[in-house]
Amino acid sequence: MTVVAHPVDPPSAGPLIRARPAGMFRDLTSIAGRALRAVPRDISVVVPPVFIALFFFVVNIATLNKVTSSIPNFDYTSFAMATAVLLGVTGVSRAPALVLDIQSKYFDRLLLTPVRRTAILVGHMAADVAVAAVLTVPILVLGFILGVRFHGGPLGVVGFILLASLWSLAFAGFAYAIALKTGNPAAVNSTFLLFFPFLFLTTSYVPRSQLSGWLNTVAGFNPVTYLLGGLRSLEVGGGSQWAPLGQALLAVAIVGLISMALCFAAMRGRVKRG
Amino acid sequence: MRERLTVESDARPFHPQARSTVPPSSDAIRTESLVREFDGVRAVDGVDLRIPTGEIYGFLGPNGAGKSTTVHMLCTLLAPTGGRALVAGYDVGTDPGKVRLRIGVALQEAALDPKQTGTELLNLQGRLYGLTRHEVNQRVAELAELIDLGDFLDRLIGTYSGGMKRRLDLAAALIHNPEVVFLDEPTTGLDPVSRVQVWSEVRRLNVELGITIFLTTQYLEEADELAHRVGIIDHGRIVAEGTPTDLKKAVGSDVIIVRVEGDPTSACPVLEDVPGVDGVEVHGSELVVSTGSGSATISPVAVALAGTDLVVRDLTLRTPTLDDVFLELTGTHIEPADTEEDRP
Repeated sequence: MTVVAHPVDPPSAGPLIRARPAGMFRDLTSIAGRALRAVPRDISVVVPPVFIALFFFVVNIATLNKVTSSIPNFDYTSFAMATAVLLGVTGVSRAPALVLDIQSKYFDRLLLTPVRRTAILVGHMAADVAVAAVLTVPILVLGFILGVRFHGGPLGVVGFILLASLWSLAFAGFAYAIALKTGNPAAVNSTFLLFFPFLFLTTSYVPRSQLSGWLNTVAGFNPVTYLLGGLRSLEVGGGSQWAPLGQALLAVAIVGLISMALCFAAMRGRVKRG
Repeated sequence: MRERLTVESDARPFHPQARSTVPPSSDAIRTESLVREFDGVRAVDGVDLRIPTGEIYGFLGPNGAGKSTTVHMLCTLLAPTGGRALVAGYDVGTDPGKVRLRIGVALQEAALDPKQTGTELLNLQGRLYGLTRHEVNQRVAELAELIDLGDFLDRLIGTYSGGMKRRLDLAAALIHNPEVVFLDEPTTGLDPVSRVQVWSEVRRLNVELGITIFLTTQYLEEADELAHRVGIIDHGRIVAEGTPTDLKKAVGSDVIIVRVEGDPTSACPVLEDVPGVDGVEVHGSELVVSTGSGSATISPVAVALAGTDLVVRDLTLRTPTLDDVFLELTGTHIEPADTEEDRP
């Protein structure tokens, strides 16, 4: 016996809606849009870093302003604001949400669509840059209230926000790499192990000239030292900004290259079908 | 190794007409010696499938048999390590992007984001398939009966019940009018009303739109109810394929089930000598007696058992079900309570 079909007439209807490749830009904006919509629903992820940044900004000024008053032409409030901003934006990413996607299999649902695999990662990162930029705003506002002024004017402010956001993205690459490699939320939290040496073995609290011994040596190798230098050059000015800015961009680029190489390799491993 | 049992008949019509872009003469799904190994272990071991456009194909197997691994390969999440598979006319190994545009998949667990609303999820899903906002809205309206979420569509998915999530997951799989739909245990966890609703939608998709449906299920009645043909996979190989009716016929027209106390194997020689008995199998404390005519044979079977040392606890006569087919071919009952993934 063989299978015998008994076809029926299809219903008359308009042209059937069919899937088609959406294009890279649409893929990116779709993924980034979803990530951004989730931020206010996950507000506990972004409020604590900003609170900590504001807290340390105020406390550090109260603690160290007098100590550093002997340094000529030195404004500690301006100096401390760059540190506060990095405290606020370093480690803020949607990597933990990506882990939840992996665990809930929603990540598989995304992979079943024709979306470009890189767009899944880059879309999340684009959202991270936007979130980091927004998180710098309350810290900048407090800085302005406390008397900080930007040598470069509004352009300096934009450059400051952009540099801080790029750093946030470069650091987030490590969190994405761990998220995609392990699919484990606890492992993603371990990026804090990187947070401490990057943020504290450097010129976070006092200028390089005040560091001594091993800390001064380590700070020389820490890219955040140059990032802070670049950020501060936009505030206090005085002399050429280009050299510290160039060093800052180079430092962010080096960290970013390493973290992006790791996270894109992890992404390839995660979506590998073999 | 078991022989593959292939039974074909004209038992149930299917609908190959299609508003599909797959040429009418081609198969919606075709695999040739499909293999998937994990660390040297063959989870899928040379599966050959030919599923014509417009068919509902039920795919059954015990846990660990290779069902989900096969589905994952067919829907491009896993690459085959041997053989090839064509879905909607495209090779899943070399043209996964084209396959993805033409398939819809609802995996075993509802794959949803609890932090989005139902509307947001469907919109995003539509956008990723290249649909315009107007087209997404049109599709959501068309799927409204299936989704049946009312105001919940604008609430966070995290607040949905299991049934609501399954229905939304199915709607997400259908948002782009796929030509081939993979439903991996689509009604697991659904209440009976929702299950019937999904069955009705599956039939409608197949009959009205000619969509080919590849259905894995742990509910044999579901396969019996929906599938034009059924394939049974065991240890990575297809051990039987055919219409539910003919597969059931193949294990005997009637079955007498005897639950006993004592060693049931001792009764086998006695029962095999009873006129009309085609075969006797032992499964745990059960004797499964196959016969061409249950009503005529049940009395002689009861008399024969009375002459043994066994205590008969239960003696029932019924026509074969897919579970009997399953038992005959795999040596185990399907276990609906166990939903563990079979992928290593």
